[in-house]
Amino acid sequence: MFTAPEIDYLALLPLIVVFAGGLIGCLLEGFLKRSVRVSAQLWLTIGTLVIALVTLVWVARDNQGITAAGAVTIDGPTLMLQGLLLVLSILGVLVMSERLGGTTPDAFTQSGVSVPGSAEEADAVRLGGTTTEIYPLALLAVGGMMLFPAANDLLLMFIALEVLSLPLYILSGLARRRRLLSQEAALKYFLLGAFSSAFFLFGAVLLYGFAGSMRLDVIAEAIGTETGLDGLLIPGILLVATGLLFKIGAVPFHSWTPDVYQGAPTPVTGFMAACTKVAAFGAMLRVFYVGVEAARLDWQPILAAVAAITMVIGAVVSIVQTDIKRILAYSSIAHAGFILTGLLALEQVGASSTMFYLAAYGFMTVPAFALVALVRSAGSEATHVNQWAGLSRRAPWMAAAFSFLLLAFAGIPLTSGFTGKFAVFAAAIANDYAWLAVIGVLASAVTAYIYFKLIVLLYFGESRTDTVVVTPSALTTFAVVCGVLVTLGLGVAPAPVLDLAANAAQFLR
Amino acid sequence: MNLSAYIYLATLLFALGALVVLLRRNTIIVFMGVELMLNACNLALITFARMHGTLDGQVYALFVMVVAAAEVVVGLAIIMSIYRARRSASVDDANLLKL
Repeated sequence: MFTAPEIDYLALLPLIVVFAGGLIGCLLEGFLKRSVRVSAQLWLTIGTLVIALVTLVWVARDNQGITAAGAVTIDGPTLMLQGLLLVLSILGVLVMSERLGGTTPDAFTQSGVSVPGSAEEADAVRLGGTTTEIYPLALLAVGGMMLFPAANDLLLMFIALEVLSLPLYILSGLARRRRLLSQEAALKYFLLGAFSSAFFLFGAVLLYGFAGSMRLDVIAEAIGTETGLDGLLIPGILLVATGLLFKIGAVPFHSWTPDVYQGAPTPVTGFMAACTKVAAFGAMLRVFYVGVEAARLDWQPILAAVAAITMVIGAVVSIVQTDIKRILAYSSIAHAGFILTGLLALEQVGASSTMFYLAAYGFMTVPAFALVALVRSAGSEATHVNQWAGLSRRAPWMAAAFSFLLLAFAGIPLTSGFTGKFAVFAAAIANDYAWLAVIGVLASAVTAYIYFKLIVLLYFGESRTDTVVVTPSALTTFAVVCGVLVTLGLGVAPAPVLDLAANAAQFLR
Repeated sequence: MNLSAYIYLATLLFALGALVVLLRRNTIIVFMGVELMLNACNLALITFARMHGTLDGQVYALFVMVVAAAEVVVGLAIIMSIYRARRSASVDDANLLKL
């Protein structure tokens, strides 16, 4: 007998708004004239994200619960992370739309399908006014990201994983300059992403075999009871963890991170680095806190080891990097380790410190990559560290903002990085992971060395004449100022957001 | 016949798919390895559905097929664009991004 599931549309309204916006964007792509497409898509995208944020705060917050036949949970952590995702993606989309005086978004190719350097590509550039497919792709990716931490069912989580990943694979391949690198990044991201999501799915299948359902609450109930297929539980958990650890870029599943971060268009890198991490950590929190918490003795030591080597490798390997985007990529790997340290605490303070760190990291990362996109040499981005030497003399504001963000990455007091690290390490120490906190502090010290070296280079390096810092439009300026202010605000007066995270950290089971 | 044999077969297929991804050099073949892994999941899903006596697993398998199809669309598009730019579908040739 089939009974239709109860669906609480009000709780799902933010998600519905985002997906509808993405689909309308696809339609506009087909029907609008080239000349109006860029501005129409930009307004549609920003409008959709803002409306979704408004519905999240005013509607979904009052309709919390488990809905859609137990597949979606709208609870405190979901709402907090969805709100964070929406704000970060508004900033990310603003940065993506940066035109730098041209008529189309500057970082993206006019025609992703054309062969680099071909007559077809030249034709597309001459016609101009396209590149608007990035907006619906970004919206659909945001929709998947918002569904990811809300999923209470491993199958839905797998679908959300694919919905968020597929648009990102395409976006990574659309850089305007150095297109071969960009396509290569897309290929690597796609093949490794598909590989890891297959592991996630097989893990979910094993857990289904174990519990008879992919719903996390049913799996949680089945742990500890005799199901007859108990041998499937641990392999299932570890395979699911593999898929999630790949998405956050934890060692040993990190090898795609530097390549994809370097090859993808810089605004996409910022968007992807911040938002994918938020979404994937949200899903991880739900799987480990709601689903398999009862089997913690079996997976917690493994995850702790992963966190430790992630912090160490991320910090140590960043020392030998010579490309700014790769340095930021390894820094994102190290940060994944720090956030994992908080997640391992496995109680409310673990969830709240993880969410606070995600907010802090997101608001540093989007503006940092936005600033990287402004440093140019001979028309394309200058990402080698030597090209950044002495930039402070020509672009004092840019150098000041970037240095401040680097200090936040390093976790210096009065920045959000310090508060975030303090929160996750405190949570770890309170839950018998003091050794992990010690490794974390040592790894922070190593990463601080590389950031300070970069700041010294920015201010005291031998200035190079071929590197210019272009003046950004209001879009990028707004995103950078927002990011810097939030980073400062979370460092000076973190209490409101810490309280918000603490109040939101209660999972519905 | 004992149902667990199908689980072993699915695990074997999954491992084969993973090996294909790790060992083969042609992107299309690598991608086929991924598809083999997804289909191994499908086989395991419907076997578990039979074991538990519920239909859930069969419905899950349908969803997985749809996702796999979507993945093929994006994947082949990326592989094609690389192939047209470089006249090569080998993963070893995609080596511009290095330290």
